[in-house]
Amino acid sequence: MNAMIQIDQVRKRFGRARVLDGVSFDVLAGQSIALWGSNGAGKTTLIRCLLGLIDFEGSIRVAGLDVRREGKRVRRLLGYVPQELAFYDDFRVIEAARYIARIRGADAGDCEPGLQSLGLLDHARKRVRELSGGMKQRLALAVALLNDPPVLVLDEPTSNLDSAGRGSLMELLVGLKAAGKTILFISHRPEEVRGLADRVLTLESGRVVTDVATTRLHLAGDALAADRLDQFDEVFSTDALEDRLEQVAIVSGHGIRRFA
Amino acid sequence: MIAPATREFRFADGAAARRHAVFVSTSPREPWISPRTVLSLARKELRDSLRNRWFVTYTAAFAVLAIGLAYLSRVGTAMSGFAGFGATAASLVNLVLLIVPLMALTIGAASIAPERERGTLAYLLAQPIGRTELFLAKFVGLAGALVGSLAVGFGLSALTLARGADPRQVRLFLTLVVLAMLLALAMLSVGMLISVLARRSAAATGAAIMAWLVIVFVGDLGLMGSAVLFRLRASSLLLASLANPAQCFKIAVIGSYDPTLDLLGPAGLYASNTFGATGLPVVLIGCLAAWVVLPLVLAAACFGRRPL
Repeated sequence: MNAMIQIDQVRKRFGRARVLDGVSFDVLAGQSIALWGSNGAGKTTLIRCLLGLIDFEGSIRVAGLDVRREGKRVRRLLGYVPQELAFYDDFRVIEAARYIARIRGADAGDCEPGLQSLGLLDHARKRVRELSGGMKQRLALAVALLNDPPVLVLDEPTSNLDSAGRGSLMELLVGLKAAGKTILFISHRPEEVRGLADRVLTLESGRVVTDVATTRLHLAGDALAADRLDQFDEVFSTDALEDRLEQVAIVSGHGIRRFA
Repeated sequence: MIAPATREFRFADGAAARRHAVFVSTSPREPWISPRTVLSLARKELRDSLRNRWFVTYTAAFAVLAIGLAYLSRVGTAMSGFAGFGATAASLVNLVLLIVPLMALTIGAASIAPERERGTLAYLLAQPIGRTELFLAKFVGLAGALVGSLAVGFGLSALTLARGADPRQVRLFLTLVVLAMLLALAMLSVGMLISVLARRSAAATGAAIMAWLVIVFVGDLGLMGSAVLFRLRASSLLLASLANPAQCFKIAVIGSYDPTLDLLGPAGLYASNTFGATGLPVVLIGCLAAWVVLPLVLAAACFGRRPL
């Protein structure tokens, strides 16, 4: 098994609230996984655990390296794109890229080609606060790619973008996937999941309730759907199915939007 | 460790797959603290401080007041024959006690909490840097800005007085400068501790100002009041003074001018007799150094554990 990311029995509590409750799954090298689920399901918390931003129980390994023991080394393998780039607004775009390049141990000379590849070189002298939402996300992606990390972690990267911005960013991400990047991303948009993911993991109340290959799903309006219950039989994990047989039956009529 | 490319790699071309496999398997072990990373981060902190309008205002106010005091002292020298550096240094003690703790506490308080609130801290820590590196870099950058700011104020003041200066007075003036910088670093550590512990940026600033009031005013007046009310013994009074970095600074500066510490009354005489002329500066500088190190270590430990 060639797992780039191994998440094993990850648990996280905030006070009394159990946010992650034994989440386990693997992401193979070169694979793209979508995390799907309603707000509060634990998706962002899981990504924060992966990045080593919060402590957790269980184990997360990236390329065989333990996130807790070798956090810096793991983060060097990860390119992170947040929902909204929280960066120093008074930095110029090129300064921001050089700053992150130094931190990521990338060559400062890679910044300009990196910005160029994402259409930002003409804006290099602008301050970050002057960029549109779409350009900020492009900048976040540009700096995430500076040291050519094998894994991209994206937390709703298109949520603040207009339709054109979404389309253009997704095009870039599909290209990166084709170039061999392993991608773990959160999305609430079925068309993005269909376009980019190989598998969709649905989180509910901190647990993975479904693990579905996207080839089994198709777009049904604004939802992802499978046509027949037997397809869900094949693609849903059996444990989840046993626990949730009734709900799955309901879900089969309405697509997995039921879980979103 | 990742094995070389297999069928499970769904890369578009084999070259990309192999490149990543090699990258992963050969990436070296990361040092706990990388000086290169710390310096990169510290440079950014220094730059931010120089762009911070409050910091620039404090620096300008300190420089203007220090030059003003030097000028007045120079006029006094011409009229009465007092030594310029000595008189200026004595006046600068109060200026330092008032401005330096406020300056250092507020920039320390603004180091972590606002970044946590804006989300920039989480974004930075999602990069391949350690929390200790980031914390250390913030301290180094802000300390550099503070020391530079004080050097400007004291330097301009010294330039005003430079002509015909007595070497002994110059040495005393330099002692004041070094002690002021040590006080600034101690207050910076306390400010950073406040910033790590505060949940919000406004709370951190409020707590920093409260700490300034306690250290500079309440500490001084409280000490005097307690001495009178509770008839504190000289030893207790000295211990209480050593617990306050501003008092340590004041006693150390006064001690450098007059090792008998007559000016400080019984507590001064007790300190002078107990530690001696050479021991007392060591104790006072040790206390100030402890005020730099202990809050900083505590803040670093809390920063390492607190969720973002």
